[in-house]
Amino acid sequence: MSEPILHITGLNKTFGPVHVLHDIDLDVRAGEVTALVGDNGAGKSTLVKCIAGIHGADSGTVEFQGKPVHIRSPKDAAELGIEVVYQDLALADNLDIVQNMFLGRERGSSWLLDEASMEKAARETLASLSVRTVKSVRTPVSALSGGQRQTVAIAKSVLWDSKVVLLDEPTAALGVAQTRQVLDLVRRLAEQGLGVVLISHNMADVFEVADRIAVLYLGRMVAEVHTKDVTHGQVVELITAGRSGDIGLARPEHAVL
Amino acid sequence: MAAVKTQAPERAQGGGIAGALKGSLQQLLAFASLIVIAAFFSFASPYFFSYGNFTAILFSTVVIGTLAIGTTFVIIAGGIDLSIGTGMALCAVMSGVFLVKLGLPLWLGVPAAVLFGGLIGLVNGINVALLKIPPFIATLAMMLVAEGLALVLSDSTPIYFTEAPGYTEISTGNLIPGVNFPNAVLVLLVVALIAGVLLRKSVLGRYTYSIGSNEEATALSGIDVRRWKIAIYAFAGLFIGLAGVLISARLGSAQPATGMGYELQAIAAVVIGGTSLSGGKGSIVGTLIGALIISVLNNGLQIMSIPQEWQNVILGCVILVAVYTDRIRKKEL
Repeated sequence: MSEPILHITGLNKTFGPVHVLHDIDLDVRAGEVTALVGDNGAGKSTLVKCIAGIHGADSGTVEFQGKPVHIRSPKDAAELGIEVVYQDLALADNLDIVQNMFLGRERGSSWLLDEASMEKAARETLASLSVRTVKSVRTPVSALSGGQRQTVAIAKSVLWDSKVVLLDEPTAALGVAQTRQVLDLVRRLAEQGLGVVLISHNMADVFEVADRIAVLYLGRMVAEVHTKDVTHGQVVELITAGRSGDIGLARPEHAVL
Repeated sequence: MAAVKTQAPERAQGGGIAGALKGSLQQLLAFASLIVIAAFFSFASPYFFSYGNFTAILFSTVVIGTLAIGTTFVIIAGGIDLSIGTGMALCAVMSGVFLVKLGLPLWLGVPAAVLFGGLIGLVNGINVALLKIPPFIATLAMMLVAEGLALVLSDSTPIYFTEAPGYTEISTGNLIPGVNFPNAVLVLLVVALIAGVLLRKSVLGRYTYSIGSNEEATALSGIDVRRWKIAIYAFAGLFIGLAGVLISARLGSAQPATGMGYELQAIAAVVIGGTSLSGGKGSIVGTLIGALIISVLNNGLQIMSIPQEWQNVILGCVILVAVYTDRIRKKEL
């Protein structure tokens, strides 16, 4: 097994008196999809925001490509090559696809942007991800369907030589066919050698694309397992009870809580 | 891939012909209204349709137009600036202070007055972006501060530029020899061109649209939204300064009490031109057309000897109609 590209150990996060994340360990490997699952309030989004630099973690170490790093802002994360695709889609509706994909990292001089170069790169990125549903890269994002918007958000995250992409519920609001497209896209990201973290509530999605599953239960990482080693039922048990047979939290009589 | 690569570059904003049409429809509508209004006055009055009157209309568009161009940036970015009218009066007074009271030469005093406008915008930007005061309140306060300062600095009396030879040429001179085409109009056209290119092609313009469209997404894309908001207000402030120079050069004096009311006319011009008050959408061309519509209305109604009170009523109705058609269009398309 290859070394993890992102290696998190002992991460803690509190909001005032609320201890949201307890000693979280998480490994993300290049070329793999790691599903991050858990019930509402288990701390999935908080963990992603800690990795993305939106929240500062209280303690814990993060190693990126074997080197310890400190991620204090989204900019730090972006410089390392960690990109997040947020649930509520961080896209500007009035801008077109190219403008959105390059937002914050425009090419050309500050006074005269290089539209042609950006447009070409946007087309190539979409083509490399086999995205064929978008007719024109100059379509305003407001005119796109939910699946297309998600596609653009994901394409935006891979435009930058990124190494780890975190996707927060990318299929939550999508129909069947659109979910299909997005899952294919997620798989393709891993095939291109990126480390992919997929947050999802949908077991079918998770079992379809994930290589490994990490389960959060009440702010604790209770299991990190290979998808092929577990069943739907076991994962659901882990999510709801934090334990399934020998996997997960120790039995209450042995537990030191 | 090959087929994808050979595609010709598309027009930014709005894909294909349909998108291009959609994007400029509001501008076309505004332009059509301008033609209709001008045609109406041409038939209604024999004095309207003449080169002399058209030049007069353009000349009277200069101040509103300059203010409106700067405000277009602020409004596209989701803000509002109410301090532009009295800010302009303050910059006119500052121009008088620099050129007449301190006796600075034109090449120093005029840019200083324009930069003073930038300073007003900078303070607005800091209040809005750093101190998180809602733009309406922050610029309302600045409107009062500027009004008061203009009166204080001028002792409530006009400052005449008789001791600053050449100053009035900035507005009333004719750079083009032999043609009666005031310099102020040239200045407006040049700054409109620069502003239009910056809005469409520069990073400043791109972030102006993206902040107005989705501030959170802009921040998540790694853009320092606060810094750019300050930059946008400060940039718009330069137009306050320029308008102050243009109006005082045109009058030959800095009138400290004349600014109030200009801000609403300028905002009206921006809105008539299709810029959305909720941000993310708008253009310099639209704003210029909006400013022209206001000037043509003022001019035509005056020529037809319609009292000032009724002119305001009609102007108010035009603004309502402009916004209403924009709404209908959005529902239909």
